[in-house]
Amino acid sequence: MRVTVLVRPKAGILDRQGQAVESSLKHLGFKVSGARVGRVIDLDVNESDSAAARAAAARMCEQLLANALIESYEIELPDGGA
Amino acid sequence: MSAPRPCVAVVVFPGSQDDRDAAWALAAVGAEPELVWHAETELPSRTGAVVLPGGFSYGDYLRCGAIARFAPAMRAVAAFARDGGPVLGICNGFQILCEAGLLPGVLRPNASLSFVCRDVDVVVENAATPFTRRCEPGQRLTIPVKHGEGCYYAPPELLVELEASGRVVLRYAGGDNPNGSVAGVAGVVSAAGNVMGLMPHPEHAVDPLLGSGDGALILASLVEAAAERVFAAVR
Repeated sequence: MRVTVLVRPKAGILDRQGQAVESSLKHLGFKVSGARVGRVIDLDVNESDSAAARAAAARMCEQLLANALIESYEIELPDGGA
Repeated sequence: MSAPRPCVAVVVFPGSQDDRDAAWALAAVGAEPELVWHAETELPSRTGAVVLPGGFSYGDYLRCGAIARFAPAMRAVAAFARDGGPVLGICNGFQILCEAGLLPGVLRPNASLSFVCRDVDVVVENAATPFTRRCEPGQRLTIPVKHGEGCYYAPPELLVELEASGRVVLRYAGGDNPNGSVAGVAGVVSAAGNVMGLMPHPEHAVDPLLGSGDGALILASLVEAAAERVFAAVR
């Protein structure tokens, strides 16, 4: 099952990369007042049950994919599954 | 008769680049360095201290140090640290120790978003550690940094705790903070005091011919602590 993990810098954590992106967008003439840069990880998890796939992805985030000090994560399943 | 040389294990990860410099510098200050491949499950039995060197372990994929912490050798390093053995992480080694939970906090991309490579001055804030015992409290050391992700971050409550307990061992001097680290932190030590990480590279500053010999104070402190650990049992 395809599971998508979104890892974001936590609110309040300074994101210099996001600031650089924001300033470049402004240079191009876009009206933006904020940009935060995170990471998308598409996983093919060997689970057919969406609850099990979500639980597995959560364990992956806790152990490796996100650093809880500075990052939050969100798990997305196909069709918004369980 | 010259003093016996304690073994200092230098862990080599795929992508480590300062392992040989670290070994050379450790030998120069009286250690018998031994390179230990990351896939090893044990450290040499006579190991008196461990150094995790600088570089880009596992390509720094995902986050710096995030993957290296799962190397088999890291399990042995964690056990060595739990037993009170001195462990020093330099640059990427610091990042690995943070990701492994052996040190608090995390290293983030430099505030400038630029790689920085130059000499910096650091102040020894705590000279009562196995890594700074050869230094004077408040001493200024000139040691080079070279990193893209050396911006130390600890949440405010953790930082208060670190400051209150003297665990900020090195701080960038004179407001010249090369990477935006919170409170100018350049090096921190674990609660038990036997694990330290720092972004500057002491192994690149062991001879005035190379610009500074101040890094030798850090490494010689570590070697002294290693000797006490290894040779205490024999005496």
